[in-house]
Amino acid sequence: MMKWIVAAIVSGAPVLAAAETVAPADVTFDDYGAVEQSLTGTPGDPANGAAIVGNKKAGNCVACHQISALSDVPFHGEVGPMLDGAGDRWSEAELRGIVANSKMTFEGSMMPSYYKTTGYIRPGDGFTGKAAEEPLPPLLEAQQIEDVVAFLATLKEE
Amino acid sequence: MKFKAMTAVAALLVAAPTLGMADEDAELVVNGEIEMVTKTEPPAHLEGALPEIMSGWRFRSDETQQTQMDDFDNPGMIFVDQAQAAWDTAEGSEGKSCASCHNEPASSMEGVRAVYPKWNEEAGEVRTLAMQINDCRENQMGAEPWKYTGSKMTAMEALISIESRGMPVNVAIDGPAQSTWEQGKEMYYTRYGQLELSCANCHEDNYGNMIRADHLSQGQINGFPVYRLKNTKLNSSHARFKGCIRDTRAETFKPGSPEFVALELYVASRGNGLSVEAPSVRN
Repeated sequence: MMKWIVAAIVSGAPVLAAAETVAPADVTFDDYGAVEQSLTGTPGDPANGAAIVGNKKAGNCVACHQISALSDVPFHGEVGPMLDGAGDRWSEAELRGIVANSKMTFEGSMMPSYYKTTGYIRPGDGFTGKAAEEPLPPLLEAQQIEDVVAFLATLKEE
Repeated sequence: MKFKAMTAVAALLVAAPTLGMADEDAELVVNGEIEMVTKTEPPAHLEGALPEIMSGWRFRSDETQQTQMDDFDNPGMIFVDQAQAAWDTAEGSEGKSCASCHNEPASSMEGVRAVYPKWNEEAGEVRTLAMQINDCRENQMGAEPWKYTGSKMTAMEALISIESRGMPVNVAIDGPAQSTWEQGKEMYYTRYGQLELSCANCHEDNYGNMIRADHLSQGQINGFPVYRLKNTKLNSSHARFKGCIRDTRAETFKPGSPEFVALELYVASRGNGLSVEAPSVRN
């Protein structure tokens, strides 16, 4: 990925925001599963992140996690830990790593990997039950990941 | 019968939005006489994976639980009546009905549901009840097979299951069935699809927890075919398996496929000791 950006600069092509997006296969996780580099270079929008977290058709994070800040969204699940205070417990890089691919932080975690496109068993085409070729579209786009991370960073204990 | 059942359906529609939790101490007795085991010691093969096994009935709301306690309230019984009519109707080139060979289900089908899926020596394969029904239709009656998850099939499975209600599920997992059982076990722990979820992730590690608005059960199939309030019909275990694997964003398997036969045998065996409840009522 870096090579691609460097090549773009060297060749004199304009560096657009899209060109700075880190592709799913190029995300660099550190030894503890954190991702230092922003996936887009554009700061996340916490309000949009909150919408993604609560939306059944987007992140649907509340399916498994309780989040007091989203108490207006019905039916929070109990499968994963409560996310209140997540912004105190985890750095931005750690949150980015957990959302992108939590299994790099918590081995064997049940949590889906939101920014991973290959390596699945019987990958399907969304919820159709039909087969799909890898790479699959990631569950969330790069900027959506950044928005979710920005929202999670606001979850501080009083 | 029909009038009372319709009244029960109407009552349920009114109560539908209720998300009440089950009374953990409630016991299931059907028609005031069939005492169901809905919680018991796990079978030895689980090797401590579950501290106890529990019927899905225990995870449902009080209203849903009560609907299964009387056959006049259980909407699944309407389909049992339909299947009794089919049982007595001759079909196919041989001019036979089920009754031609098996007389009344009350005498011939007692205990059958409790031991299926089951190894069939002649065929050299593990067979589900649905497979055996279609084998009869094709090879004894000369009739067209029914759709594996279709309403005629689930109704007939329910009729046959009635004669095992209250008996403990007791599928054999050793001998010639063992390799099929092993295949099913392997599937149970495989994390399928883009969401990378196995059966065990939800139904072994998280039963009792809410996943969004759903109260996760142990995924036991002692109540199948099950009448679901959600789609107001009887549902086969393979249709549920198909839906679950689809919901992991995976390429699912086909109902009646060797994979789902294996999975059914394995999942049934996790409930060895629970009572046959079919047709049960769930949300």
